[in-house]
Amino acid sequence: MTLGIRQLPRTALIALGLLVVVWLAIKASQGGNTFLQVTLNGTTDAALYFIVAAGFTLIFGLMRVVNMAHGSLYLFGGYIAYVAQTHWYAGGTSQFQLGATSSTSIWGFLVPLVFATLVIGLVGLGIQQLLLRWNQGQDLRQALITIAVSVIIADQLIAHYGGIVESIQQPTSWPNSIVIGTFRYGFFRLVVVLGAALAVGVLLYLLIQHTRLGMIIRAGVDDRPMLSALGVNVQLVFAGAFFLGAMLAGFGGVLGGTMISVGPGLDSQFLLNSLIVVIIGGMGSLPGAAIGALLLGLVQSYSAIYLHFGATDLTPYGVLAQFILVIAVLAFRPLGLFGRPA
Amino acid sequence: MSATVTRGRAGLRTGMTWPVLIGWGVLVAVAVVLLLAPQIFSAYDLSQILTQALWLGIAAVSVTFLYRYGGMVSLAQVAIYGIAGFAMGNVVHTINSEGGLNLGWTPWAGVAFGIAVAVIVALLFGAIASRSYGIYFLMITLALSLLVFYFFGQVTKLSGFGGIRSISRPGFIGDPITDPKPLYYTALGASVLVYVLLRYVVRTPFGIALQGIRDDPPRMRSLGYNVPLHRTLAFALGAFVASIAGILSVWFNTQISPGSINLAQTIAVLIIAVIGGLSRLEGAWLGALAYALIDYYARQHTPTLGLWLNPGRFATIIGLVFLLIVLLSPDGLIGIGHRLRDLAGRRLGTPPTSDTAAAREEQALPETAGVSTASGPSSSGGQEP
Repeated sequence: MTLGIRQLPRTALIALGLLVVVWLAIKASQGGNTFLQVTLNGTTDAALYFIVAAGFTLIFGLMRVVNMAHGSLYLFGGYIAYVAQTHWYAGGTSQFQLGATSSTSIWGFLVPLVFATLVIGLVGLGIQQLLLRWNQGQDLRQALITIAVSVIIADQLIAHYGGIVESIQQPTSWPNSIVIGTFRYGFFRLVVVLGAALAVGVLLYLLIQHTRLGMIIRAGVDDRPMLSALGVNVQLVFAGAFFLGAMLAGFGGVLGGTMISVGPGLDSQFLLNSLIVVIIGGMGSLPGAAIGALLLGLVQSYSAIYLHFGATDLTPYGVLAQFILVIAVLAFRPLGLFGRPA
Repeated sequence: MSATVTRGRAGLRTGMTWPVLIGWGVLVAVAVVLLLAPQIFSAYDLSQILTQALWLGIAAVSVTFLYRYGGMVSLAQVAIYGIAGFAMGNVVHTINSEGGLNLGWTPWAGVAFGIAVAVIVALLFGAIASRSYGIYFLMITLALSLLVFYFFGQVTKLSGFGGIRSISRPGFIGDPITDPKPLYYTALGASVLVYVLLRYVVRTPFGIALQGIRDDPPRMRSLGYNVPLHRTLAFALGAFVASIAGILSVWFNTQISPGSINLAQTIAVLIIAVIGGLSRLEGAWLGALAYALIDYYARQHTPTLGLWLNPGRFATIIGLVFLLIVLLSPDGLIGIGHRLRDLAGRRLGTPPTSDTAAAREEQALPETAGVSTASGPSSSGGQEP
């Protein structure tokens, strides 16, 4: 193969990328509010993906464990919050009522949120302590174990909650939407989810870069045996990281259950989202997860709206845009944008 | 089954010992049972257990092959057989034109087209994934697999609403529901051909180079081998095998829908390969048989413990079995078989065989970079003392 042929795919991808940017710029200049709406949809979806994928990448970064049960933990968290809200706070709507006819207090949202987050953290801790701890260093085997766990959790969720799509109610006192000039956008998406993602990002960054625990975690990523030899209880750090990572899946599940819905199939959807985010962002990298989530969210929302060319509607082929995103990143950086060799 | 093939061949060269004779006996018995199965079992059992196990085994053996000889754990095999099935389903004649493009091709043209499309897509997938190793390879193939699932879920033009039904089959297969025999023998023949093909390929220079790449990619690169190209081609070969399973699955189910290639099915094929044992190709069919049997009996005999466990909870049961196998015997049923054979061999006064040692080594699944550390017989045939 000559150099020219070898460079051809890359050149094509760069050309495609430029084309997409130009095309989006045209769309942006044409319909201001629609474009803003679509961009915000992508950004807020990305915020949710980031919260979930941050847990996934944190667990991988420290322990080299690919937690294939992450999507199941996400959905499980959503169901726990939904059940807690309907059982403890009768304000939640049942499937027979259309719309929020009764009120939900702020506690009626926050208590299920915290409860579900903690329970999922404990479930993750249980998986790590009971099943993964004994197989440290065998990353493929650990992935298989978490796959088995995800199969069991997914089946049990179907057994207990069936195929009905539910959603968690946000507090009635919170506004439904906020107005910026002439533009109206969902309050929960824009303020709560985006705010939570920013908070998670900043807190994790501070934790990892500026605390003693973060120092230990970073050292553990680089050289685990040496860290252990220095007298750090690595097992405790691992348990803590897994607890935190699983908690983020549960936290995301509750936010997603309020923002979108809780229902079957979301576990594979969010496993896929987390995988794509870390594949393009780079496994184990927090900034990578942020960039990856943003790219994925924007590509999804633009391709869902803007793939109309005259009379031809290509929006069902929007999945191909995600394919191209993954291919494009891996063609340039096999380890993802922020990835580095283990 | 082929454990016995190996022993048999060695036996011809080095003289008959008791285990060799037992091995031949088992092989002949298995062959006779498989050939006479339509006479032995009821039509329902034949179809639901044996035919199902044979085509699932072909899908799983593509996983086993890629892992055992290429060091790659691929979760894309189900997506690839789905692509083959959907490609075929779209171009062949469908009765009442239920879903799909229904271009009205003959069934065999559809088979060729389906396999060709699957292999071409696999070359692309392989080119993307072949530069990643171990757990990264697994993640990338899983992401690609799920994207294929969502693609067919959304593009209803190609997948029909709720799938493509009544896809026409070659004439000699007839209707598998009224007479499962022709499809059974087709699946059996395909399984034997796939097995022979893979056993042949791993002994060619390509197969040997592939195993070298599995064990030490940097060294093979410095020896002048094109590492990503070899892995991509191996992936395409695995896709060829998987697409045969896809064709058979469409004939078996008479339909294909996005639900046939979802995450659960993707995981099921991996589970089959692991339950059977990743150290030997024939483990795939053993795992598929175990899977089909668990499926068959779990749906009838599972005790009911509220919502937690009842006859509808097949996935929970298979998940628990998978968890136990991964935790206790990573070499799957084949590994258990090896141990039993060793025990028998010791009783009868022959030393433990070399591939048991290999099997033991492989119990520890590869640690980093997913490259098998096993130094066992590269192509395990005829290496026994």
